[in-house]
Amino acid sequence: MATTYNLKRADFIFRNENDWEKILNRTLQRDKTELINELISSELKGRGGAGFPTGLKWKLASESKVQEKFIICNADEGEPGTFKDREILTKVPFKVLSSMAICAYIIGAKQGIIYLRGEYRFLKPDLEKTISEFEYYCNEINFDFKIKIFMGSGAYICGEETALFESMEGKRGEPRNKPPFPTNAGYMDKPTVINNVETLAHTFTIFKYGATKFYDLGVQFSRGTKLFSVSGDTPKPGIYELELGMSLQDFVDEFGDGDTKAVQVGGASGFLVPRKRFGETAIGFRGKLTGISLPTGGSMMLFNSSRSMFNVLDNYLEFFREESCGQCTPCRVGCQQLLIGIKAVKQGSKPASYLDKLLKLTETMQYTAKCGLGQSVANSFSSIVENFREEMIY
Amino acid sequence: MNPTQELITNLADQYGRNREQLLPILQGVVEKEKFLSDYSMIEIARELDIPAAEVYGTATFYSFLEYKQMGTYIIRVCKTITCSMKGKNQILLTIKDMLKIGVGETTPDRKFSLLETNCLGWCHKAPAMLINDEIFTELTPEKVRGILTEYLKK
Ligand SMILES: Cc1cc2nc3c(=O)[nH]c(=O)nc-3n(C[C@H](O)[C@H](O)[C@H](O)COP(=O)(O)O)c2cc1C
Ligand code: SF4
Repeated sequence: MATTYNLKRADFIFRNENDWEKILNRTLQRDKTELINELISSELKGRGGAGFPTGLKWKLASESKVQEKFIICNADEGEPGTFKDREILTKVPFKVLSSMAICAYIIGAKQGIIYLRGEYRFLKPDLEKTISEFEYYCNEINFDFKIKIFMGSGAYICGEETALFESMEGKRGEPRNKPPFPTNAGYMDKPTVINNVETLAHTFTIFKYGATKFYDLGVQFSRGTKLFSVSGDTPKPGIYELELGMSLQDFVDEFGDGDTKAVQVGGASGFLVPRKRFGETAIGFRGKLTGISLPTGGSMMLFNSSRSMFNVLDNYLEFFREESCGQCTPCRVGCQQLLIGIKAVKQGSKPASYLDKLLKLTETMQYTAKCGLGQSVANSFSSIVENFREEMIY
Repeated sequence: MNPTQELITNLADQYGRNREQLLPILQGVVEKEKFLSDYSMIEIARELDIPAAEVYGTATFYSFLEYKQMGTYIIRVCKTITCSMKGKNQILLTIKDMLKIGVGETTPDRKFSLLETNCLGWCHKAPAMLINDEIFTELTPEKVRGILTEYLKK
């Protein structure tokens, strides 16, 4: 198995491409099956959360015989520590729009929608201008495709794809049961492809440079590059495009401040990795060594030894408690109880062994919660409590 | 027709009267009136021909759809981990000190409301805050005093 443990920088996403018209036009002439196969062979996986193979998603949606279909760009970017999608939409929006059009061509959709989080409303005027330029071009080449922006209103859970559909249908953003999956019944119960902003930016790279170019980057199971949002105790906070598969040690050597105690990989719904495990942790979809994955969009938060891990966990739990849609009991009550519980242990009104009860509770949530929010609370909770137990106790 | 009714009719004309247009209409009312009064929610329900409870249920789900009277300028200070680590509390104290309001409160002249919010997506430039749609990053108490002084003049 080819595994690179070296941090390798790349520059595809933000590379200035003023040839999007040419690429779009060229791609829209190609055979649909051939395009799907190219995307599948690149092994691109979704960059927004679940890591579902993008080519397969498009293929499934293309197979549906239903007349009306949708392509939705998920720009709800709400995971703590993630800020790359805004940068893409600001710097290279044409890549995202072009990929939406290509997807529309392949699956047979006429309407694209960008779900933009309310916190990014200042992007809307410029993005609307870009869209009208884009639609003008589509019209010129006789390609019937429209894109509109749908604004969110401050709810992290609406980034979950089915909650996002509910929200667009004018309802509370409460996730649906799956199946049916979006490619069968998504927005308005029509076949829908929903992709993260970054995923769409990568598909542009793939259709421009070919699948091999993308596939040759990264490691097995984790092909290509990924944008990382780096924040916390680092001298170089910012957005970096790196090849997948590097070791966390390498990452810390590059971005740490010399005193890194732990790194939260994948945002509040991701995992905390303590210093002693930097060397054995690979960053990719299936880190062979530890099973670490990228549950979310590449958020990397560094903590140095001046930070209290109790405060970190407390902050995450408060986030989940507030953002839980409240629809299912394990998540709604679980988040509340975890927060009360760790405070009680810290203050000494509960014994340290109470932490084990709380760990059990997160395990229950993992199995019984309806969506990824409730299911992933266990990730940060157990990785913080197990590695920094001494900091949780009075 | 009173101004609220007129606003809602205009928004419904612009967006349409299907359930899918509920959020844009709610957002439009909040943009103009700064919050959703009981009255405006009932009017929206009438306009779209859906139960008022559905409008209320939807509106109260979203943190940016206020249903309490808010000031002209809504300040939302990010309280998620990196902003908290980089001095969010000092930012809050500075604002409280200048405007004499706490989190969740509105100044008596209805000019400012102060709120905390979850990750704004500016962790690399923490701490951050939004004033209505405008973003301010890499805040320090001095910087906040400068920004608010400007807003106080508006
Ligand atoms: C609680 C929760 C929040 C999510 N937030 C986002 C988000 O902000 N942006 C995003 O692209 N995907 C988000 N997702 C993942 C989406 O459900 C979905 O998997 C993704 O948009 C699919 O696109 P991709 O295959 O290109 O990654 C979230 C998932 C969960 C469970
Ligand atoms: S797990 Fe939480 S966020 Fe997801 S549906 Fe249940 S209550 Fe809602």
